[in-house]
Amino acid sequence: MAATPDFTPVNTAAAVAGTARPATTYWQDAWRRLKQNRLAMTGLAVIVFIALMAAVGPFFSPYSYSDQVLADANQPPSAQHWFGTDNLGRDLFTRVLYGARISLSIGIVASLINLTIGVVYGGISGYFGGRVDSVMMRLVDILYGIPLLLFVILLMVVLKPGLINIFIALGLVYWLGMARIVRGQVLAIKEQEYVLAARLAGAGSRRIILRHLVPNSMGPIIVTLTLSIPEAIFTEAFLSFIGLGVSAPMASWGVLASESLTGLRSYPFQLLYPALAISITMLAFNFLGDGLRDALDPRMRK
Amino acid sequence: MSTPLIEVKNLSKFFVTARTMLGRPRATVKAVEDVSFTVEAGETLGLVGETGCGKSTVARTLVGLYKPTAGEVLFRGKDVHAAFSGPEGNQYRRRIQMIFQDPYASLNPRMTVGDIVGEPLDIHGLAAGNERRERIMHLLGQVGLSPEHASRFPHEFSGGQRQRVGIARALAAGPEFLVCDEPISALDVSIQAQVVNLLQDLQTEYGLTYLFVAHDLSMIKHISRRVAVMYLGTLAEVAPVDELYANPLHPYTQALLSAIPIPDPLVENGRRRIVLHGDVPSPLNPPPGCKFNTRCPRAFDRCRCEIPRLLAHGDRFVACHLVNG
Repeated sequence: MAATPDFTPVNTAAAVAGTARPATTYWQDAWRRLKQNRLAMTGLAVIVFIALMAAVGPFFSPYSYSDQVLADANQPPSAQHWFGTDNLGRDLFTRVLYGARISLSIGIVASLINLTIGVVYGGISGYFGGRVDSVMMRLVDILYGIPLLLFVILLMVVLKPGLINIFIALGLVYWLGMARIVRGQVLAIKEQEYVLAARLAGAGSRRIILRHLVPNSMGPIIVTLTLSIPEAIFTEAFLSFIGLGVSAPMASWGVLASESLTGLRSYPFQLLYPALAISITMLAFNFLGDGLRDALDPRMRK
Repeated sequence: MSTPLIEVKNLSKFFVTARTMLGRPRATVKAVEDVSFTVEAGETLGLVGETGCGKSTVARTLVGLYKPTAGEVLFRGKDVHAAFSGPEGNQYRRRIQMIFQDPYASLNPRMTVGDIVGEPLDIHGLAAGNERRERIMHLLGQVGLSPEHASRFPHEFSGGQRQRVGIARALAAGPEFLVCDEPISALDVSIQAQVVNLLQDLQTEYGLTYLFVAHDLSMIKHISRRVAVMYLGTLAEVAPVDELYANPLHPYTQALLSAIPIPDPLVENGRRRIVLHGDVPSPLNPPPGCKFNTRCPRAFDRCRCEIPRLLAHGDRFVACHLVNG
């Protein structure tokens, strides 16, 4: 018999400390899954790129977005004017960069207003339930029955075109979907046993909402938020296109597309670039939103 | 006997499932109807019955999650629902805690195990800072988990481990009375025994009183001192466990117990099963008289019109005209 034993009891504490992987939070997990989704990451990269260009791009451009140089009107794309010039001789590349500022901020601000109204409204409706819920949701149903675009157009006519008013009009109208999503989430989660357990432990409404309901409904809310940004950008582009958007010389992508129409036959590039910008941005947000949906959906979790 | 720890008096809980346009109830589920029983300090009362007979409703009304439609629940002689909303509400609330059925739904997936166990401590201000940390570690140790589990999330645990976390959370509040709502029915058989043994160890250590809801008759026999049998929202029989299993008085209890297989082939061959016919009636539209009369092999005319009362026979209670006379 050998003097040393073949087997020794494992020092469990040391073994566990050596092999245990660090605890992963829900968000770390979601980020890991999102990184594996190439389309979503491409979308994210494109969004970051466009946002950076919108933020710093105009500082590096030698042209102003508003100064007219009539001698250079309707130039095709060239080394001086990458995207060409418009019918007043303004550099289109610079105007598309400025347009990105306006379009992106409209998309983001309008969506944040939607988020706030939708979360508060849907949260109250779902949390209190019963008759409060019935009345609040019937109101949403009625608003849903009205074509929202018509609603926005009417609001814009009353409010007069302008950047702030576009924020207000879009923010006030498009929160319905968010309210429904939040209400559904809250209704489902508030009956979960862990919420009952918190109530048993004596937790008040505030604690239950902040510690249990909100963190567990963040996933769908973020997805809806991401997908509502391109919708707002597109609606603004449409409004600008029919002349209810931001006023000249400010230029959103919709305004640029609209201005190009007069010379469309001779100078199609004037429509091409703003239209490309709108399409690429919307695609990027949609890809990112879809990727987030997959990454945040707990049913995908093993 | 001294005053019981928990006294349930004529408890009823109805749920309105449909309302008319004007908000008047149109359909009502009588989940629990006129149920009375007591739980003595330090004992385990088993509560058995088929799925949908109102066991969980009794459990949830007892801990204050549901407001009773009628009747009351007394904790040390004080009405629970009044005390909860009173000035010392939290002092009462934390004395009555619950262990849930589904270990996958009863832990918040966004909180670490340490925070889940620590939540009652935070709410009641029982411990903070280092003391809170030590309390959590101690509680985790008590239920057989290790300190490094505190920083992990529920999805990293197995069903049995999650149930242990749920037990630690219930203990954190410092309860005297624990309602266990089918705490083992979602677990593997091998894990069930561990959890039941853990519950028994904790009962001895902390002097806890249990209401143990289950539909596993042999587990109830193992853990309970007394057993209450429910059928369609009412109590059929309440009796000390040995007497109930040796000599069931209520026909429903007799049928229920005859369904337990005996782990001896010779005896098992001679076992006579009382097979009930028909389905459990809908609690939306329960039969008049004794709720069991539609399926009772020994029902007679009186059972169909008069509701039997739960009457004492020595230290056991039966609700049956045959027994009560």
